Amino acid sequence: MPNILREIADSAVALAKGFSVTFRTMLGRTVTENYPHEPVHFEDRYRGVHILRRDENGLEKCVACFLCAAACPSQCIYIEAAENTAEHRISAAERYAKVYNIDYNRCIFCGYCVEACPCDAITHGHGFEMAAYDTNALVYRKEQLLEAYPMVLAGRE
Amino acid sequence: MATGSNMPLLLLAILAKVGVVLLVLLTTIAYAVWLERKVVARIQSRWGPYLVGPHGLLQPVADALKIFFKEDIVPTEVDRVVYCLAPFLAFSLALLSISVIPFGESVTIGGATIHFQITDLNVGLLFVFAVTSLGVYGVALAGWSSNSKYSLLGGLRSSAQMISYELSLGLGVVGVVMLAGSLSLREIVEHQSGLWNVFVQPVGFLIYFTAAVAETNRVPFDLPEGESELVGGFHTEYSSFKFAMFFMAEYANIVTVSCLATLLFFGGWLGPVFGPPLLRALLPVFWFCLKVFCFLFLYIWIRGTLPRFRYDQLMAFGWKFLLPLGLLNVLVTSLVLAWRST
Repeated sequence: MPNILREIADSAVALAKGFSVTFRTMLGRTVTENYPHEPVHFEDRYRGVHILRRDENGLEKCVACFLCAAACPSQCIYIEAAENTAEHRISAAERYAKVYNIDYNRCIFCGYCVEACPCDAITHGHGFEMAAYDTNALVYRKEQLLEAYPMVLAGRE
Repeated sequence: MATGSNMPLLLLAILAKVGVVLLVLLTTIAYAVWLERKVVARIQSRWGPYLVGPHGLLQPVADALKIFFKEDIVPTEVDRVVYCLAPFLAFSLALLSISVIPFGESVTIGGATIHFQITDLNVGLLFVFAVTSLGVYGVALAGWSSNSKYSLLGGLRSSAQMISYELSLGLGVVGVVMLAGSLSLREIVEHQSGLWNVFVQPVGFLIYFTAAVAETNRVPFDLPEGESELVGGFHTEYSSFKFAMFFMAEYANIVTVSCLATLLFFGGWLGPVFGPPLLRALLPVFWFCLKVFCFLFLYIWIRGTLPRFRYDQLMAFGWKFLLPLGLLNVLVTSLVLAWRST
């Protein structure tokens, strides 16, 4: 008999605990992202559409070393290199990427290109709304990937 | 009471009452679904419906429109007559029991006394139990006529479960009936004017409420439609309006047992009454609705908290725990009553 009574008491305590948990959760905050009505909250290291960075002088960081293309497991990065000249300077180093395409039909957002880059030129952004009706539109050019020219520097020129 | 002169007025009053009660009941059912989705969503840290109207308040309308315009599929192998009859049986029986539920005292308008109740049966409680028991037929016949293994198993489980818990449901209420000495719901409520029955019969209330959850096939006793095992249970093969019938029947039953719990254990419409005559007449209805709402919320809260029973646990709990406890409660109550009367 005491066993049964203890079991009943234990069950009652367990039930009370469970119900209090759900009640407190009910009054708490929701975790639902209200996308598309509100912007999505990303973690800092979210791997979205790539961004090609510029240095503090507004020059492109990419020096066309091809390490990202070599690291890419799905081979979606296509680069054509060209030499910088004194009057046509694109990057701080010897060479720059004349063409830099990422084929997002193939990209798996693994982040190996970002890891491989010696100049921190290619990074992951937070862009993810890239659905397209045409696969050709998913091959992003350098102009689409490149970080905007800094306004501070643009004003100084 | 029904003399020749005020007969038309009386008839009109009855028709109006039927209309209002049906309207309120159906609206309650629709918004119970909304409330359930909202509360369960909050428990799971979600938003719940919020796109259709402010806070998703028009969601029931959207749901109803959607479900009425769905294709009504009747599978080829079903027993057509029974298959079509079952949802109507379930729904109409679920609506029927509301007719004896009193939801307030009476008001006197122009010399005619109008009770806040469609009809005052002197065996109202018995009537409700009879009708809810018949409700099993809707589920059992649906399971049988669908000619599908999931439906059949769901229907079988449902009948077994309802028969098992009906006994405890009745036993939980016997104490209340003994105290009030009447089966009329109105008299049972009036008997509680001093002290609510829940304080006199706490064990009876717990038994009644547990059995009522099982009777309405709700979590944690929702084995007849355990979707992880039986797809949809007895309503697997139903679609469109017929499915909606079962759905509404389930919620109508929840409303009914909540009303009954309020009437039997929480003093029905009793509560502080004050103010001008109109407020005085309407406050009891408000108290009644508030109590029923609390029960509806409790139902949803339970659904958001407890996992489903296993079938053997369900049967063991019903027969080995709830039923003996109910018998014990009846025994103790009758002993106390006998001791007090001597």
